[in-house]
Order: sequence, then structure tokens, then C-alpha cells
Amino acid sequence: MSTILKVDDLNVSFATEDGVVQAVGGVSFELRAGEVLAIVGESGSGKSVTAQTITGLTRASNARITGTVTYRGRELNGLEDDELRDVRGEQIAMVFQDPMSSLNPVYRVGDQITEMIRAHRDLSKREAADRAVELLRSVGIPNPERRVRHYPHEFSGGMRQRVMIAMALALEPDVLIADEPTTALDVTVQAQILRLLDQLNRDRDLAIILITHDLGVVAEIADRVLVMYAGQIVENATLDETFYDPQHPYTWGLLGSLMRLDQTRGARLAQIPGQPPSLLAPPKGCRFAPRCPHEFDKCSELPPLEPRVGGSHLDRCWLDPEEKKSRRVQVIS
Amino acid sequence: MARFIVRRLLGMIAVLFAISVIVFLIFNVIPNSDPAARIAGKNADPALIARVSADLGLDQPLPVQYLTMMKQIFTGQLMSYAKDRNVVQQIWDGVPATFSLCIGAAVIWMALAVLFGYMSAIHAGKFTDRALTILSLVGISMPVFWLAAILLYFLTFKIQLFPTGSYVPLTENPVGWASHLILPWFTLAVLFVGFYSRMLRSNMLDAMNEDYVRTARAKGLSERQVRIRHVLRNSMIPIVTLFGLDFGQVVGGGAILTETVYNLNGVGLYAGEAIRSLDLPPLIGVTLFGAFFIVLFNTIVDFAYAVLDPRIRLGEAAPA
Repeated sequence: MSTILKVDDLNVSFATEDGVVQAVGGVSFELRAGEVLAIVGESGSGKSVTAQTITGLTRASNARITGTVTYRGRELNGLEDDELRDVRGEQIAMVFQDPMSSLNPVYRVGDQITEMIRAHRDLSKREAADRAVELLRSVGIPNPERRVRHYPHEFSGGMRQRVMIAMALALEPDVLIADEPTTALDVTVQAQILRLLDQLNRDRDLAIILITHDLGVVAEIADRVLVMYAGQIVENATLDETFYDPQHPYTWGLLGSLMRLDQTRGARLAQIPGQPPSLLAPPKGCRFAPRCPHEFDKCSELPPLEPRVGGSHLDRCWLDPEEKKSRRVQVIS
Repeated sequence: MARFIVRRLLGMIAVLFAISVIVFLIFNVIPNSDPAARIAGKNADPALIARVSADLGLDQPLPVQYLTMMKQIFTGQLMSYAKDRNVVQQIWDGVPATFSLCIGAAVIWMALAVLFGYMSAIHAGKFTDRALTILSLVGISMPVFWLAAILLYFLTFKIQLFPTGSYVPLTENPVGWASHLILPWFTLAVLFVGFYSRMLRSNMLDAMNEDYVRTARAKGLSERQVRIRHVLRNSMIPIVTLFGLDFGQVVGGGAILTETVYNLNGVGLYAGEAIRSLDLPPLIGVTLFGAFFIVLFNTIVDFAYAVLDPRIRLGEAAPA
């Protein structure tokens, strides 16, 4: 599979009243055509900022963005806002967390879709409207001819997210960035939306970057997983490697805190002690070290993200892989 | 929808009825002296007072007095005895000037407020924003009577840019109509431009952080499209609401000062004269005239709100 999107040494920082927040520090990864790449991490780990920076949505007067984002050989970070507009929606589309607030409440959903089509394509209103109906049908919204004329508040949460996805597909992009697309939804609806994304990935060979904090969602559809902590990628591995051979103690912590059906009744859910570091002044060495039960003297130096167990499995931990095997058992049963 | 309209119209009538009763009580009943003497005016002779008493049935019980007064208003017979003029006719004569003033001022104030608010918001924190902020504060702080007097003095008397004199009907001479109204329009609009542009600025700055604005950008719309179709459009909802209320209030008496200083013979000027000479029948008429427009525009605002924001369902309780 060929690489269609390459992010290299991406740094994003925001000037705030309290100082400069290093939201994303040196993130590099590749997205291959037709791949589902999950970015997991807790709130504030930089996963959303990373995703939104790809299409320049974090650009602001107080933001500093360095590094490169290359889409099919075209560097995006250096583009002017006007040039970036052709990429947004046309090649890389986005779906956001809360479909209620992400759709404009005062416009009919059909108009919000046609607005996007007509911003990029020279179509008549009639043609764009027909296309909107087709799009709603393709994401499984019943009665699309009638529904295009409805307002966002007349849809349920799941249906609204389908509208968002339909809109994202309007220009047949290669890449869909879904930023916590299921977080605001009921569990049963979450499963439907994931199935829809999975189906789009298979049928249209659509590459998806899925931002989530839910490892259950990851296990469902991801091919590859990036684990982010405090603005950095701490582990980059295939889905199987992430779940069966995780290398970073933070990943162990995430997996250990999953609720399990075979858990002993009354047993406490495992948690990672402590809080993520402030990104105003992140720790000099390994950013997870202050919370890590396996911390040792070498951790005062930042471990590079590199393959330690071979192949394409990258992680940021100084511990010896053999040593990890024995320690990890105590965490993950 | 039809049910809502009927209900709102009935509500309007009920409110106007209550206001008319209160106005009647305030002017005719509460003051502890002979209403006929007060209505007749300061230097009335006993014969006139007797005529007033007979015309308005002031020897009758209060409900009958009320009905007599309402009947006189609605049949256009209410008289100002002090001036011996028909009140309803006088108000009616003042309507063209008042509406010309208010509508013109409203166009100016909305156009400038949207322009200034928009510029301020998209240049927030920069020079344009600061300059417009100061300008707004100056506009809000200037009293109408002062601003009007200054403009009249410099622009009309000193450099004679605008003509002196009173209202010229639009149908008679459109150019004269406009040239006589430019200063009053501007004077009346200044205060509102200040308030509205500040409010639009802050609404737009809030709206810029909305998720749907981020969606609009992610869709690949131009920054201009994002700002006008999404940020400005949604920020206008509360402005339009406020506009309806303020416009009703300006028509219903808020233009008294402007009309007085510029000597525009509208309803406001008439009200001002009535107040100065304590002529009661015109005061009653003008008060009800004002109340009618304020209540009317309140109702129009309710409809406008539902049109502008589809989440508002007419006839249902407002969402929390």
C-alpha cells in the first residue's frame, strides 16, 4: 500500500496568557491508502490538535506550527489558506465529535451539503441538491428526499453524525479524519457509526484517521494504532501488536484500565496514577516517567520513537523489551 | 402556526386593553381634582369645563367614562380643548414625519451597525477594532439633544450644508424630504449604531469558536463565506430581535427628543408640546399610539425569531 499522507516532525504550540502550550511535540507518522489509522490518548494528549493541523484548522494568530504534512507529494503546512481550501473537503474531509454543534443549526442539512459541493464544483443548485439526496441515501438515512429539507435539530444524534459523514463524502475525498466521531453517541448508535465507517473504508478504499480515547472503538476497525501522550506519540504499532505485544507502559495502562466482562465482581478497575503533565512546561525526559511505575535513571532522557522489537513497531521506552515481557504480565492479565 | 398567530393577536389585544385602562386611570381618575378642569386646560372658563364634562360623560360611573373615552379615540373625536384641535387628526398628521424619521434612522443604524460590528469582529484586537470601539463608545455617550444641537449649529447654521426648517413630505419633494431628514436620521441612529455594533462584535467573536464554524472551514469554504454565511448569519439572530423591540420603542415615543430639536412635526413633537402645556387628551392619545407600536413590534419579533432560528417552534414552550 502506498503512503498518501505523511506527517513529519509536526510541532504545534499556542501562546496563551499562562505561557506557551506545547500541544503537539514532534509527531511523525504515515497514512497508507485505504488504511484505518487510530490515534488514541486521553484528553489533552494532542490527538485532536494533530488531526486538525493536517488541514490547517488550528491555524491562528497565537499558534505556531512547524514540521511538514505531505499529502500525495504536496506539502500542506506551507500552503496559503486559499490554497489549502482545495485540499479541505476535496481531498481530506473531516467529521467531528459532536454532530449537534458541528452542523449549523439555522440551515437545512441539504443546504449545508450543497454549500460544500458548490464551493468546489461547478454544479447547479439542482444538481448539487440531487447529489445531497444521494449522499444521505448512501450513509443509510431513510427518506433522503424528505430529510434534506430538515434542520439538524430534527435528527437524532446518530442520524446527525451520518449527515456529517455524508457531507464529508460529498467530494469523494481520499482521506477522512474522524475526530471522536462516536464519543457523543449512545453505545448502540456508536456501533452503527463504526460499521458505517468500516464499510466506507472497504467499499471506497477510503483512508481513515480515527481519533478516539476508546480502545474498544480501536479494536473494532483500526489497522494501525498511534498512542499519544502529552503531545507525543509513545507507540506506533499494528492493531494486533498494540493489543498483544504493547511496548510502552502507558499503553499497558490504557489496556489495563479497560472494563472486561470476565473481570472478578467487585474488583476495582485499574487506573493510571497521577495526572498528565502540564504542556506549559513538559518534563525534560520521558513525559510519562513521573507517572510510570517502571521509571529508572535513564528515563530522565527523552527516549526516541524507534523500532525496538523490530519491524514497523515503534515506541518511546528505554526498558529492555525482554524485561518488558515479564513486567507487563503483572499489568495485563 | 395559525393557532399561534391567533393566540398572539388575542394577547396583543389584551395587553393593549390593559394599557388603555391604566392610562385612563392615571390621567382621569388618580389625580385628586376635577378631571374636567384638568382636561379643559389651565385658563378654561366654567362653560368649557362644563362642556368637557358633558362630552366625556364625567358625571357617569368610571366604566362608562372609560368606554366614552375609547369611543372618542376610535371614532376620531377626541379633542384637545386647550387648543381646540382634534387629537386623532393631529397624531395622524404626525405619522408621516415620524415614520420617515424612524425608518430612515433604522436603515442607517442597522447598516452601519452590521458593517462596524463585522469589521470590529474580524479585526478583533487590531487598530480597526480599537478605533471602532472608541467610536461606538463616543456614539453611545453622546446625548441626542446635545448631538442634535451641535450638528444643527455647525452643519445647518454655520456652513449651511443642510436646509433649515421642518419636515417636507416625501410626495411633495423627495430631495427636500431627504435633505431635511439626514441630520435627524443620523442623530437618532448614532446611539443604536454604537450599541448594536458592540453587540454584534461580541456575538461574532463567540460564534467564531462554534463547532459549526470549524466544520464550515473543514468543508473548504472561503474565509469570507465562513464569516458571512455562518458567523454573521448566526450572530444576527439576537440583533434582529433587539432591533424589533427598539424600532417599536422609537416609533412609539423614542424619537421625541430628535423631533423636538429638529422641529420635525411628527408624533413625538406633538407629544412634547402636549407635555409642556399639560394638555391631557393629546397625552392620552400619544401614549396609546406608542403602546400600540411597542406591542405590535414585540409580536413581530416573536414571528421573526421563529423565521430566523428554525429551532424555535411557534406555539411551543421555548427550549431551555
